Amino acid sequence: MDTIKLTIDNKEIEVEKGITILEAAQKVGVHIPTLCHMKLHDMGIENKPGGCRVCVVEVEGRRNLAPSCVTEASDGMTINTHSMRVINARRTVTELIISDHPFECLTCAKSGECELQDLAHDMGIREIHYEGEKSTYREDTSPAIIRDMDKCIMCRRCEMMCNEVQTVGVLSAINRGFNAVVAPAFEENLDHSVCTYCGQCVAVCPTGALTEVDHTPAVIRALSDPSKTVVVQTAPAVRAALGEEFGYEPGTLVTGKMAAALRRLGFDFIFDTDFAADLTIMEEGTELLDRLTRHLNGDKDVKLPILTSCCPAWVKFFEHQFPGMKDIPSSAKSPQQMFGSIAKSYFAEKQKVDRKDLVVVSIMPCVAKKYECSRDEFSVDGNPDVDYAITTRELAALIKLSNIEFKSLPEEDFDHPLGESTGAAVIFGTTGGVIEAAVRTAYELQTKKPLPKLDFDELRGMEGVREATIDFDGLPIRIGIAHGLGNARKLLEDIRDGKSHFHAIEIMSCPGGCIGGGGQPYHHSDSSVLKKRQMAIYKEDGAKKIRKSHENPYIAKLYEEFLGEPMSEKAHHLLHTSYFDRSTVFEQED
Amino acid sequence: MADSKMHILVCGGTGCRASQSEQIVGDLKAELENRNLENDVRVITTGCFGFCEKGPVVKVVPDNTFYTEVRPSDVVDIVNEHVVKGRPVKRLLYKNPKNDYSVTTTSNIDFYKKQIRIALRNCGFVDPENIDEYIARDGYEALGKCISEFSPEEVIATVKDSGLRGRGGGGFPTGLKWEITRNVENEQKYVVCNADEGDPGAFMDRSILEGDPHSVIEAMAICGYCIGADTGLVYIRAEYPLAINRLKTALAQSREYGLLGDDILGSGFNFDIEIRYGAGAFVCGEETALIHSMEGHRGEPTFKPPFPSVSGYMGKPTNVNNVETFANIPVIINKGAKWFSKIGTEKSKGTKVFALAGKVNNVGLIEVPMGITLREVIFDIGGGIRNGRKFKSVQTGGPSGGCLTDKDLDTPIDYDNLIAAGSMMGSGGMIVMDEDDCMVSISKFYLEFTLEESCGKCTPCRIGNKRLHEILNKITKGEGTEEDLERLNVLSNVIKDTSLCGLGQTSPNPVLSTIKNFYDEYKAHVTEGTCPAGQCKDLLKYEIIPDLCTGCTVCFRNCPVSAISGERKSPHYIDQSLCIKCGVCYDKCKFKAIRIA
Amino acid sequence: MSKKVKSLADLKKIKSDVQQKMKLREQGDHAEQIVQIKVAMATCGIASGAKEVMEFIIEELDFKGVDAVVTQTGCMGYCYAEPTIEVIVPGQDPVIYGFVSRDKAREIIEKHVIQGEMIDGIIPVTHKTIDDEEN
Ligand SMILES: Cc1cc2nc3c(=O)[nH]c(=O)nc-3n(C[C@H](O)[C@H](O)[C@H](O)COP(=O)(O)O)c2cc1C
Ligand code: SF4
Ligand code: SF4
Ligand code: SF4
Ligand code: SF4
Ligand code: SF4
Ligand code: FES
Ligand code: FES
Repeated sequence: MDTIKLTIDNKEIEVEKGITILEAAQKVGVHIPTLCHMKLHDMGIENKPGGCRVCVVEVEGRRNLAPSCVTEASDGMTINTHSMRVINARRTVTELIISDHPFECLTCAKSGECELQDLAHDMGIREIHYEGEKSTYREDTSPAIIRDMDKCIMCRRCEMMCNEVQTVGVLSAINRGFNAVVAPAFEENLDHSVCTYCGQCVAVCPTGALTEVDHTPAVIRALSDPSKTVVVQTAPAVRAALGEEFGYEPGTLVTGKMAAALRRLGFDFIFDTDFAADLTIMEEGTELLDRLTRHLNGDKDVKLPILTSCCPAWVKFFEHQFPGMKDIPSSAKSPQQMFGSIAKSYFAEKQKVDRKDLVVVSIMPCVAKKYECSRDEFSVDGNPDVDYAITTRELAALIKLSNIEFKSLPEEDFDHPLGESTGAAVIFGTTGGVIEAAVRTAYELQTKKPLPKLDFDELRGMEGVREATIDFDGLPIRIGIAHGLGNARKLLEDIRDGKSHFHAIEIMSCPGGCIGGGGQPYHHSDSSVLKKRQMAIYKEDGAKKIRKSHENPYIAKLYEEFLGEPMSEKAHHLLHTSYFDRSTVFEQED
Repeated sequence: MADSKMHILVCGGTGCRASQSEQIVGDLKAELENRNLENDVRVITTGCFGFCEKGPVVKVVPDNTFYTEVRPSDVVDIVNEHVVKGRPVKRLLYKNPKNDYSVTTTSNIDFYKKQIRIALRNCGFVDPENIDEYIARDGYEALGKCISEFSPEEVIATVKDSGLRGRGGGGFPTGLKWEITRNVENEQKYVVCNADEGDPGAFMDRSILEGDPHSVIEAMAICGYCIGADTGLVYIRAEYPLAINRLKTALAQSREYGLLGDDILGSGFNFDIEIRYGAGAFVCGEETALIHSMEGHRGEPTFKPPFPSVSGYMGKPTNVNNVETFANIPVIINKGAKWFSKIGTEKSKGTKVFALAGKVNNVGLIEVPMGITLREVIFDIGGGIRNGRKFKSVQTGGPSGGCLTDKDLDTPIDYDNLIAAGSMMGSGGMIVMDEDDCMVSISKFYLEFTLEESCGKCTPCRIGNKRLHEILNKITKGEGTEEDLERLNVLSNVIKDTSLCGLGQTSPNPVLSTIKNFYDEYKAHVTEGTCPAGQCKDLLKYEIIPDLCTGCTVCFRNCPVSAISGERKSPHYIDQSLCIKCGVCYDKCKFKAIRIA
Repeated sequence: MSKKVKSLADLKKIKSDVQQKMKLREQGDHAEQIVQIKVAMATCGIASGAKEVMEFIIEELDFKGVDAVVTQTGCMGYCYAEPTIEVIVPGQDPVIYGFVSRDKAREIIEKHVIQGEMIDGIIPVTHKTIDDEEN
């Protein structure tokens, strides 16, 4: 490895060649403030437009100040990160940003998590010397995301996420100069774009410019309405991240305390989306085996690979971008919607409540789930299967609002019947988990033999695209995994071009899967947070007594009492869906 | 056809007219008539000779005798001696200051022609739509020589030795850029010609493409040969339809002649050129923004390094040069590096084309050797300040150059001197201002342009310039404070110090240079609430000078808001709280009794 | 016949051919020598009416039966005096006129071209060419 020597704040250091001044400084414990820069280590995700200019430092011999996040460190450099000149420039730049920013911290959804607020605090900004006109924009509210561009600081993180990572291409910088802002083309609203509502823009926005639509007031209203039975489901990834909102280390599992908190919030039944995840595996796994068998028997019409369909952002993505392939994904609904469907039929019948008086709330790591539950096909006579989807962050806010001391809560259990789940369902929360769960079940259903080993390490990890071949007792099953829609696009293009050799592919929109969802506690560009959540998920799976979906006794009971068998007509009606061609949805308007 | 008669050409330019050239014309005509010579000798008034300093200037043709500092009293001698006896009037001949010899004819032109046309050598000379005329003027010979007789390294050495630096603003040594691009290994490389020309006052690139497109095509091919590229791209703003058409015609002709395409002149070298259109944003002239724009992305700059030479268009090594830079290349090859490097100063060789504009008499496109002084450009070539007003400032370098003063008039113009003086070469805009121009308004005006053109990517330029503009606006409205002057300074320096691209790094130059050079004027705005140049409308005060006022009541009757009062035949008075500063009274008063304070 | 130039020698031949032709035009060995008029047709010139002036000159020369070539060229740099034209009478130094209106153009043809007399409005050439700078 080539190394270089340089001096940072009078410290001589030797570092590898090719790294930036910012990275070199971090190595010697010098903290240079940044704002636009964002790097998710080991995930190939980096935003470095070099635009905010907060990170400037003085390099001896250089005419102007150097943005440390994009300037490569070179041999013999002498760098001062806090000379008068630097501090004056950095403060001035920060003041300029604030001078074009609404002073709304007290009522801002991002307050306390806002990186601009932190910066102002750390730099001790007490006065803005350059007050003037502020740029203002129309607020844009979509089913899932609110864009308040008055608060945009043009860091371009969202744009990078949407274009480079997700390849959706909705957000880009428009206008020039003082009016420059990030927006959908022609400053349209998000709901008039091909936005998938993956929420990755929200996950990285340093300010309150991009936030999720707040559904907590509606949930509070439902909870305080005595005529309603309110049930709640919590997605697998939530329990691995919620603790962060209450000061726990990332990766701390808070499943029991979460159930306790939900109970104290007044939900009538504390259920688990994991139950529905097991159900999903039954349906999707069966569908996989069905397609596979037909394929092996020489049926030319059967479509392979089969693609998972539990991520609503991914569904919307292919509906817009690959409508010609809409019969390839599994027709199984996502766990959230399966849960809603079963809750408002099977469970409502059991409880003898009218579906209209049963309110289903889901706690999701996800922003797109808000959109998903509002899709027309997921309602009966105008009554949605899932009434409200709130994010992990919104749940934390509800708990805080209700004066619940989270840390001192006891560990409690979910309720029955829709609260029981297996380890297979838990791992839905991470990339690779859905397919691993499916393999566990499909293998045993196909081979009629017990799996020798439940942990499929070959399917785990953080690589953007992974593949593995699983030996189904002599039958090699080729599995592909992609997280992040850009990675999904690559696999899809291969399928379209007839180059794909996979039998089944798992796709999750968010980098890392739902643990990195747009509704999770902010990771603030620290990718280790995602890895810790992932580890927590596998830990929970490992600790479960039952780890295969088809062994979930309540699932077996559900089929016995209500659905018949997987892919039965009733199951089809309640648990499957179909997809739409959205490629031209917005074209008629121009 | 009649024989060519004797003509006496008298300069009728503004400078010479100010020193009685009109009378000389009259006297000459009268004297000739006296001697019945009016049919044999014609007296002609001409435009400026570019030698105003020594005016009035008189030239006699066909023998091309050149007289300077001619007085009306010299007329008799000119007619007597020169016209009648055929003997030049010695004492009126120009003396070469170097050796004190009298110079008789304009064939020894060195002494007054301050311009040298290299980049513009064919502009106004050849028919730009006829490749043959270009070829007749040595066209494509440089390319021919390069590809059949020299190695790329040899050509690069010539360009390096010539000392040519980029004319697009940065002044980077052209040969060195070519060498760097050559040395980056890659199968595919590109030559890009930057014809974006965003500086609103500049039009030399347009003129070159309109007047001599082949010189740019030839130079791009030479560059392609040197760096190892087979594709050239001209990025030109779509608002230049004539230049685009001429370029298209020229491209078609060179292809037809095989001077573009495969195996040019049997050398095995392939090269062709495509045109890309820009939407006309100033910042798209910045090379990284230009490349992004050509790639179909938003035209905004990215951090350098990587420089285009290493990673440019489509990530390939790309050599970006300006139109004028290219136009110099064929001459350098044909005439040699030595010939070229003799012209100019130590570190800036050759010539620079300027678009001379503003309050000078002879606005236009000029090409002058590096090292010429601003005084020569403004007063000789430019013919001095219009309407006999006083010179105040000259702004070079386009919207983000600095405003220089009479202190700088004798500075030799080159890249480094201009920067040292607080301005820059830029692409060659040169705007002259006179005493009627308010420097606060001028810097506000330039900032307005930058505000429009900033891409908005980086904070200091996006918000900082906006704030600068707001502060200047305050000052021109009379609402500024001394603190604001301090703020302007601090903020300007931070913007320069922290902006991402050249636009932001230079945008405060007009502010900084005017604060430095015209501090008193700023001060007057904030402390006294007056605009010394009388330009800031909000600070104007129309006052009646009682001693001159006759009480004619014209002003009283014409004031649209009845702000004027007074008895007939006694001095009138303007109520400042009512006055809307329309200036009607000032225009109407026949007794010059109203002044602007 | 293809117009392709195949070598440097080929190019030089074209050059001398064209130069020969242009010389002929300028110095003409036949009695009726040909006058050449160049009109500066860049954006600035066209904006101030160069195109109309050029058309007028062609018509007027035709009308007066003067054998002359009228060509367009690029910007001469005298933007303060557009439209500008250059009149080249064989055997004489070229002369540039500025502010050439139709009337002015008529006068130039009448006086300068036909009678060999210069008229007011000449713009002295204030620059050196690359050949002047030979030394
Ligand atoms: C804001 C900005 C605008 C620019 N505009 C132009 C332009 O219009 N034309 C140009 O040739 N160069 C322009 N440049 C300079 C180019 O970035 C680049 O340096 C130049 O094209 C290189 O060619 P040269 O070395 O031949 O000058 C601009 C630079 C900046 C920072
Ligand atoms: S985005 Fe941040 S700085 Fe802006 S109002 Fe919200 S909390 Fe305050
Ligand atoms: S939610 Fe996802 S697809 Fe929509 S704008 Fe944000 S990043 Fe792009
Ligand atoms: S919306 Fe947020 S992430 Fe996007 S550019 Fe603005 S501040 Fe950055
Ligand atoms: S990966 Fe999970 S969190 Fe992300 S959009 Fe899909 S379902 Fe939502
Ligand atoms: S300095 Fe101005 S033009 Fe340049 S990148 Fe920054 S905002 Fe854009
Ligand atoms: S963090 Fe480096 S420029 Fe924004
Ligand atoms: S030389 Fe006479 S005015 Fe310029």
